[in-house]
Amino acid sequence: MATMVTSTKPATKTSPGGGPKIPGPNGNGSKRHDGFRDPESQGNRYRIGMWVGLASVAMMFTSLSSAYIVRSASSNDWTPLPMPRMLLVSTALILGSSFTLETARRKLKAGLSALYKRWLVVTVVLGLAFLTAQLVAWRQLARQGIYLASNPHSSFFYLMTGAHGVHLIGGLLGLLFLWLRWRRPEREQSDATFIVKRKAATDAVTIYWHFMDALWIYLFLLLFLWR
Amino acid sequence: MSEAHEGVHRHPAPTGFIRKYIFSLDHKVIGIQYIMLALAAVVVGMLMSLLMRLKLSWPDHHWAILEFLFPTGAPGGVMGPEFYLSLVTMHGTIMVFFVLTTAPQGGFGNYFLPIQIGAEDMAFPVLNMMSFWVTFVGFIVILLAIFVEGNHALGEWFGVHLGNSFAGGSGTVGPIGGWTGYAPLSALGKIAGPGQGGGMNLWVISIAIFCVGSLLGALNFITTLLNMRTKGMSLMRMPLTCWAWFTTAVLALLSFPVLLGGGILLLLDRVAGTSFFIPGGLYVSGVLSGSNPNFPLHTGGSPILWQHLFWFFGHPEVYIAILPGMGATSHILATFARKPVFGYRAMVFAIFAIGLLGFFVWGHHMFISGMSPYSAIAFSVLTLSIGVPSAVKTFNWIGTLWGGRIRFTTAMLFAIGFVSLFVAGGITGLILGQSSLDLPMHDTYIVPAHFHLVMGVASIFGMFAATYFWFPKMFGRFMNESIGRIHFWLTFIGVYAIFVPMHVMGLQGMPRRYSQFTEYEFLATLHPLVIFVSVAAIITITVQILFYFNVFWSMFKGKKAGENPWEATTLEWNTTSPPPHDNFAGVLPTVYHGPYEFAVPGAPRDFVMQTDVDVEVPSGNGHNGHKH
Repeated sequence: MATMVTSTKPATKTSPGGGPKIPGPNGNGSKRHDGFRDPESQGNRYRIGMWVGLASVAMMFTSLSSAYIVRSASSNDWTPLPMPRMLLVSTALILGSSFTLETARRKLKAGLSALYKRWLVVTVVLGLAFLTAQLVAWRQLARQGIYLASNPHSSFFYLMTGAHGVHLIGGLLGLLFLWLRWRRPEREQSDATFIVKRKAATDAVTIYWHFMDALWIYLFLLLFLWR
Repeated sequence: MSEAHEGVHRHPAPTGFIRKYIFSLDHKVIGIQYIMLALAAVVVGMLMSLLMRLKLSWPDHHWAILEFLFPTGAPGGVMGPEFYLSLVTMHGTIMVFFVLTTAPQGGFGNYFLPIQIGAEDMAFPVLNMMSFWVTFVGFIVILLAIFVEGNHALGEWFGVHLGNSFAGGSGTVGPIGGWTGYAPLSALGKIAGPGQGGGMNLWVISIAIFCVGSLLGALNFITTLLNMRTKGMSLMRMPLTCWAWFTTAVLALLSFPVLLGGGILLLLDRVAGTSFFIPGGLYVSGVLSGSNPNFPLHTGGSPILWQHLFWFFGHPEVYIAILPGMGATSHILATFARKPVFGYRAMVFAIFAIGLLGFFVWGHHMFISGMSPYSAIAFSVLTLSIGVPSAVKTFNWIGTLWGGRIRFTTAMLFAIGFVSLFVAGGITGLILGQSSLDLPMHDTYIVPAHFHLVMGVASIFGMFAATYFWFPKMFGRFMNESIGRIHFWLTFIGVYAIFVPMHVMGLQGMPRRYSQFTEYEFLATLHPLVIFVSVAAIITITVQILFYFNVFWSMFKGKKAGENPWEATTLEWNTTSPPPHDNFAGVLPTVYHGPYEFAVPGAPRDFVMQTDVDVEVPSGNGHNGHKH
């Protein structure tokens, strides 16, 4: 291990901060030398920010899951719900939406702007259909007299599907944001920074959407296999 | 849209008052907003502690003003036990969330992290603005909790307009569940007694809002640090303050969502009739669960679950409060000892080790919850292992001071005070962290003595140091050093006079959260000590007027400061005081050196700024020492 002694003797190995002549490793990955940021690094921040944000979303669902597992084992009042059939439909819908959004992202990467827009719209429609299917599933349960406070499993069911739905609405807002971006005037759309940023924003929304998809699969399995 | 042609800043400097000072996107303004929020919140929290001390020392005295202000909470001017408990709760909540979490991270972190890494702003300025305003709304809601619980008229208004679950008006100053809000009482609603009505709902909602604000902030800090460091600013050239803010942001990012999840469950238990935390067969206030429409049937919930979720957040939270203080202390000690930080790399790893271990020790708050002794041993061992990185930091601070040409500015005094308080408060952590010792000491005064010294006062000293140190940069003027020194010495002696006797009380078995001790024979001999603590607290609180005066007076009348008044090395001293809207007037700086190159042999001055081009720094100097 390196010693921690303050010394003025020259070291045998040059550490990263030590070289006076070399500017040293880059901070932010900006390759420019004129003190301005390059567009690529501005785009990266969308992707980094999204992954960081998803870490916190994952922690919230981790806390709910651990509560779910502890609660299911802590007493004998746990009554598993019958699975509303509609959930199979909603699972298919959200899987499909992930597929269409990924297609849109690849079309943009290939420079096919018109197809990108079309697949985005399809994704929005599928996202809305998923939310509708979730609401129908809620209605199906409510018709059987199963509400939020009926028993612990139903409490967790409504809570987790609700929390997931709220997060998915966030994803829809992200899609709306992308849609607003392509409505900017032509002059702006051909700008290099704008193009990089649009790609990065599309990447970020896609990452989020795939995460919501995987999260739903996870919740679905947790709610109807662990009970 | 192409900023490469316009300059580095993405949003132009605002001109109108509202965009400039209220809904500003500038991280510097937002930082000051956070600090102002903390300065307001700390007054509320401090006044509450003052009332608590009055009750503890003179339990039967009639305070006419209290009778006027709180006719139900303090009938005849004598504070009731519920009133006292609500003071405990709100003091803790406001101090932990709105002071210790906002000022060190949201305040100073927001202002100085972008400048110290050579960025023109945060990565997401709009998100930054939102995180402050969300936090601000959280503060308003917690103040509403005080009035809803405390005031019959307002409580009933809430009942009429927002439904019975919101009605309060129990004559306290907010909920009485403690800052930890332990279930099941916190989950039952009004039936659980005074201080458990609408104010408690607002308490949960306020904390949930605060979580969201902190998450937005943490996301922004992490992205900014990873993405926006300027050319040459490698990770190991960052000031230790940036490492501390970064680690704090990671802790906040991973721990606040857990509290948010727990808070949602608690709120559902309170207003939607679920039973996450409420066990079956509860008999509360003379009513059996399920026998009365006011107290619906609950079965099978787990109160311990709430403790787990709360403390999984709660323990990282204490590091969220103190890590920025550690960063500021390291930074200031090096600057005024005119020496590189001793063992820079070890300091970085110690910060990370403390943050990481902080996630695995929450169980040490729950030794008396009936947990398995085997779990208790695991939590004990992990807790004690935090002593190792903490000791690394402490010895490195001392190593930084050792043989330095120390300049005893007020900032330096507070930084040294931080080290002193961190050691004095931390040492009892090693005692309380052992389950066998914690069992008898739990819920006695030794616990508040421990955490007030180490997490409360030490963090605040870090912030005092930061304020005196960075004030010239933030406002272009010095704070008054004479007033500063008086403020330091009186506060330093004052806090020891308050909290050292509390250790004695704790060892004698004085339980915390009791409003009155005069009824207990075995504690009668301690009453003079209780009065001594109260007098010390009153003096120390009064002394803080000096600080407030110094801050606001110096803003307008203080001695003018130049770009680099302390002869420091990092990037914030490379720009005007206060910095321009984009921090570096158009062109981002390039970094050539580590952050603490003081006393470099052969250099023209006794410090080498990170941007100095033509200076040779031997690679063995200071923190870059990397010998084999």
